Amino acid sequence: MLGYTEKIKEIAGRLLKECTVDMVIGFRKGTMPMMNEPCFATTPEAVDTLWWDSNCGINLANYLTNRKEKVAVIAKGCDSRNIVTHIIENKIKRDQVYIVGVPCTGMIDKRKITGMVKGEIIAVSETEDTIKIKTADAETLFDKTEVLQQNCALCIHRNPVIFDEMVADAVQEQTDVDRYADIQKIETMGTEEKWQFFDDLLSPCIRCYACRNACPLCYCPTCFVDEAKPQWMGKGQDPLDVRTFHFLRAYHCAGRCTDCGACERACPVGINMRLLTRKLEMDCQEQFGWEAGLSLDQRPAMDVYQANDPEAFIK
Amino acid sequence: MTLVKIDKKTWAEGLTAAADAYRLYGPVKEKDYHQFKALEKGEMPDFDMVNTRLSPKALLFPQSEEMLEFSLDESRDDHHIMKAVATDDTPRAVVGIRPCDAKSTLLVKLNFDTPDVKDPYWLNAYHATTFIGMACDTPLSTCFCTTAGCGPYHEEGLDMLVMYQGDAYLAKLLTDKGKAFAAAAGWSETADDPAVFDAGRKAAEGRIVSTVKTDNLADTDLLELHGAPFWDDIAFSCINCGTCTFSCPTCWCFDIQDEVHGKSGVRMKNWDSCMFPIFTVHTTGHNPRDTKTQRVRQRFMHKLKYFVDKYEAGIMCVGCGRCVRQCPVNIDIRRLCEQMNSFKPADACAAQG
Repeated sequence: MLGYTEKIKEIAGRLLKECTVDMVIGFRKGTMPMMNEPCFATTPEAVDTLWWDSNCGINLANYLTNRKEKVAVIAKGCDSRNIVTHIIENKIKRDQVYIVGVPCTGMIDKRKITGMVKGEIIAVSETEDTIKIKTADAETLFDKTEVLQQNCALCIHRNPVIFDEMVADAVQEQTDVDRYADIQKIETMGTEEKWQFFDDLLSPCIRCYACRNACPLCYCPTCFVDEAKPQWMGKGQDPLDVRTFHFLRAYHCAGRCTDCGACERACPVGINMRLLTRKLEMDCQEQFGWEAGLSLDQRPAMDVYQANDPEAFIK
Repeated sequence: MTLVKIDKKTWAEGLTAAADAYRLYGPVKEKDYHQFKALEKGEMPDFDMVNTRLSPKALLFPQSEEMLEFSLDESRDDHHIMKAVATDDTPRAVVGIRPCDAKSTLLVKLNFDTPDVKDPYWLNAYHATTFIGMACDTPLSTCFCTTAGCGPYHEEGLDMLVMYQGDAYLAKLLTDKGKAFAAAAGWSETADDPAVFDAGRKAAEGRIVSTVKTDNLADTDLLELHGAPFWDDIAFSCINCGTCTFSCPTCWCFDIQDEVHGKSGVRMKNWDSCMFPIFTVHTTGHNPRDTKTQRVRQRFMHKLKYFVDKYEAGIMCVGCGRCVRQCPVNIDIRRLCEQMNSFKPADACAAQG
């Protein structure tokens, strides 16, 4: 993805110069290793700050919700699927968004990498296949495949499913990926073990809602956790309330989640809440043959009845 | 001021002994990162870290704290009467707090201990606590304490400051509370080499690579800064989560909630965040800070301008770098501070044409 930055600048500059769009949404280089910041450009001059590398894990579809202007957005495979979902759910109009597609080879996992080296990471550089981590005392070279975010390692839609223009040729899609091995393992646990597992999983939560707010699906004007009339749940740190938040949020994402990984990436305390959303993703696939965000022409699984829907639960 | 020398063995024995008189808290590694926790008897604080993920502010200002309790059972004489929840204000000590976090306690105190209003929950916890600081010899690249009103060997807010001296510790007893803790721990081998602390401080300060400039903030016109042209650009990426405010040692905002289970209830205070849209929603439904830009501006104006003007005690930030490292979208207070500090109102006029 090394050449993408220049191409993105070129496309963004042209779109703004020709007044095709009012605004381009992309990333600028971050102030920390392995961090980039979502940003916008409204003039051809401003596109110089645009940037692309393996640290653009935030889902930019999140920045399209209810926009009024005509906007171009730089979109990875997962972002593009969330744009499809946004269009289906009337959060933006298709003719209002110019999708600059990025064939993606995956984003790297900041938390995992931090745990793999000793000492503070001072700088990170990359080639197509490798990631070089520099600490005060050492340089370590990793294969990019070793340090991908889990959702990227499991990704089977790296190329945008919808676009107006691509920054490069499509990359090869991954096959032979076992997307649900960890979910199936949880399913084999007994009740006690499962309870303990989810207790451990969610106990560090500080209810900052970074997961919810990083998620393009979570656009409700008032989230159920913030409702006061009626108040659905407590506001403190009672584990029951924390679990209620995570489980209900996951259910609200059923049949919509693209496993972009923005939630897990955003979490300041390292909770893998994707275990919840992926269970529902797996169920949607097994029961309805449904994958979210692949087509503008198909209604989502939770939105439509079909004569052959499974009905084993009806006794 | 007294210096005492503590070898590793005496350190461990001393903490174990002190645990009879104090409830001890310290940094402990849980899962992937360090947190301040109550130490079991004999458990040692783990200093193999720079900063804990969350600041130790929760020791005085828990994320969720029950203040009052009540019963709705009308067969009871005391139904609907609010009563204070019992708190444990017996002596305790935080062992291994960083100087930046200790300084932040004094900034938070400005809010909870005012001439007119005193928060008994925070103050009782504060007075019960002895702060034993661990000097910071290996700051991170995101630490900018030396230009945020403190530093790696800063003493404000501490009762004792401990530094490594080879295989042993050297401790500076700064207050009576610090002396009392040293006595309880049996740390009595005095040392007479204050130059060691100075040398340690200078070396550690030399390792701070990140700085902010704050010299113009007080003199810049408040309304001009409020109307500066950069707020939309800064706020764009913000997702309005509470990561920055919850991880910040100086953020003190809370919300009060009543929660009832069956016929018994509690009135609790919970951390709140100016980043949340509902933080400012009025009962009418009107929200005076309805947009992301307004909320982001509020956070930074509070830390770097309103607080500076109101208290004349510097910025409401100690440079710990937690928000810089943890913000999911890389909003960097150092960058903001630079923009605010270098802002010239004339620029705004020019920008507006």
